[in-house]
Amino acid sequence: METSIERAPSVDRDQTTIYEQLTARGVSRRDFLKFCGWMSACMGLGADGMAQIAEALETKKRIPVIWMHFQECTCCSESFIRSSHPIVADILLDKISLDYTETLMAPSGHQAEASLQDTIKKYHGEYLLCCEGSIPTAADGVYCCIGGKTAADIVREVAEGAKAVIAWGNCACSGCVQAAKPNPTSATPINKVITGKPIVNVQGCPPIAEVMAGVLVHLLTFDRIPQLDALGRPMAFYSRRVHDTCYRRPNYDAGLFVESFDDENARKGYCLYKVGCKGPTTYNSCGTIRWNGGVSFPIQSGHGCIGCSESNFWDAGPFYQRLSDFPGFGIETTADKVGLGLGAATIAGAAAHAVLTNIRKHHEIGEQPGESAAEAPPTPATDSHGKGGK
Amino acid sequence: MHATASSAGAPGFQRVYVWELPVRFYHWLNALCILVLTVTGFIIANPPAINTASEASFSYWFGTTRFIHFVTAYVFVFNFAFRIYWGFVGNQYADWKNFLPLRLAQFREVMSVLKVDILQSSNRPLLAVGHNALAYLTYFVMFLVFLFQVASGFAMYANMSDAWFPHLFTWMTPLFGGDAGLHFWHHLATWFFILFTLIHVYLVFYHDYVEGHGVLSSMAGGWKFLPSSALKSPDGKSWFGGAKAREADDKAGPVI
Ligand code: HEM
Ligand code: HEM
Ligand code: SF4
Repeated sequence: METSIERAPSVDRDQTTIYEQLTARGVSRRDFLKFCGWMSACMGLGADGMAQIAEALETKKRIPVIWMHFQECTCCSESFIRSSHPIVADILLDKISLDYTETLMAPSGHQAEASLQDTIKKYHGEYLLCCEGSIPTAADGVYCCIGGKTAADIVREVAEGAKAVIAWGNCACSGCVQAAKPNPTSATPINKVITGKPIVNVQGCPPIAEVMAGVLVHLLTFDRIPQLDALGRPMAFYSRRVHDTCYRRPNYDAGLFVESFDDENARKGYCLYKVGCKGPTTYNSCGTIRWNGGVSFPIQSGHGCIGCSESNFWDAGPFYQRLSDFPGFGIETTADKVGLGLGAATIAGAAAHAVLTNIRKHHEIGEQPGESAAEAPPTPATDSHGKGGK
Repeated sequence: MHATASSAGAPGFQRVYVWELPVRFYHWLNALCILVLTVTGFIIANPPAINTASEASFSYWFGTTRFIHFVTAYVFVFNFAFRIYWGFVGNQYADWKNFLPLRLAQFREVMSVLKVDILQSSNRPLLAVGHNALAYLTYFVMFLVFLFQVASGFAMYANMSDAWFPHLFTWMTPLFGGDAGLHFWHHLATWFFILFTLIHVYLVFYHDYVEGHGVLSSMAGGWKFLPSSALKSPDGKSWFGGAKAREADDKAGPVI
């Protein structure tokens, strides 16, 4: 079973650095440095970032990685292995570092289980746990079982010896579509199942390949968790809204909006705000790194951002409407419809109250006995007017 | 601070200086801010369709609308903070303690306002020199919504600003699951102000019309005109209005 895992040829995985393994696989020094420079640019590091990355990859031993799959569609893995840079997918993870991953590893069944247990024991406290997918907790977790164990049990067991946890994608970070209302399996994000371990939420459905690689390289290079935002996402990639880096932004500021997808404004490439673009509330790097090696991103192809790197983005829909519907009143009930309804009711109530007032209080309304001008007491010679106030 | 009494006429009315200039100033600046924030807010939420052939770089009206919203937001916040300060140093009618119905007398007054003015199941005249206890309570609820609007607004604003103040509110974002939730609730709370204003303005007119004590103009000039007999207890102490009077009320036991 050991031999069935494809290995870098003739190098001991555990004792060599990533750089040594890369060169053993025929990657040139030039390509290696290009990779380092490109990564440091993606991560927004300064000019010396590239050197730091190169040094780390040259001197540090690889980090063992266990990559688990639970309730998910594997689009995170797909995104990752389709990265435009060969070092990322083919080499960095697939060939060198991955110790266990259901979808890419050669062994299966008992052999796979055994290699997982091996890794947990051998690298206790050192390995990185990467999770794709959410954890169902309803009905004692039976909705996702692997090898007879529930996802919740597995992830707790594996996380126990992990150095850090990376939650890949919206499923692992916030439950994605399976956690959308009514969430029948109680799909739960990783950070609600695991406690006491540093967890990095790499959001998106899926996350951008370069972002995933950047997070791994950051962990390798600096040996610590990158700076995270309030929702646990690495600031390097998630500190700015899609809206802030969107090339259609000047149209937004100028108030030039697409009104419907086939109108003249859409052809002119105006801002997609009014057709539901979630760019203003979505933190991600789509506007800068873009997808498929920088080819494009949703807004560039004419579709609004759907906010896939935000929690509960499915319930924050509809995708083609700016704000979500008002909960509990059926579909297409917006906050404005509720507000208008209440406003109308208020005006009707006030009108009814005004009528009631004129009936019930008619004795008190208008001139009362002793209030006509003729009955007013004579004004004293020295008036005190104007003293009381400021 | 009390106006001198008018000469003792048949009904014996007295001019009482209730709303000091800072309170009045606060009120109208606040009303103006809310108007501007609501209008610009709704424009931000659903900008009008404009078809121009011009390039985006020639125009910035939507950015300007948002800018007005944010500037007004700052004015609104400082004005609000000022009113809270005035609740500690202002006169007894502006006192912060009035806004919380913690005393039995205040609670009883809330119930009688409901009976007399809202349900109108009773015609017993009810006099308040400041606001009545129900009005104070309503303003308190509104102050809480102010706080929410400020916190959610600045939490959204924090990602467009390097200033320290907006970043004091970033803890709001995870509570609402991200920016989208903040937008939704910020938008919804706006309707609260609209409903409040409808009811508020109606009731101010209602009181002025039914009672004739000059409530409506009290926010302009500061004075109300109240029956002298109702203002003083037999021992000559001020009977109504403000936390101090209510304290005396509490000690005296049930009055109503
Ligand atoms: C009574 C006070 C306020 C009212 C009625 C109000 C109303 C609104 C409304 C209706 C929106 C549109 C929400 C949406 O549909 O996305 C909005 C957006 C916003 N408001 Fe307010 N607001 C108030 C106070 C504030 C304050 C104090 C701030 C603090 C800075 C603030 C900051 C914002 C921001 C940042 C946005 C989002 C703008 C954008 O999407 O670019 N608001 N406001
Ligand atoms: C034409 C519009 C308005 C008129 C005529 C008006 C009039 C008044 C009057 C006469 C009072 C004193 C009531 C009393 O003695 O019990 C008052 C108090 C108050 N009003 Fe208005 N008002 C208007 C709009 C608004 C708006 C838009 C708001 C905010 C949304 C507002 C918020 C308040 C608050 C908070 C108080 C209590 C003031 C304090 O104690 O600091 N008003 N208003
Ligand atoms: S298309 Fe979307 S992200 Fe781009 S400017 Fe418009 S609203 Fe913002």
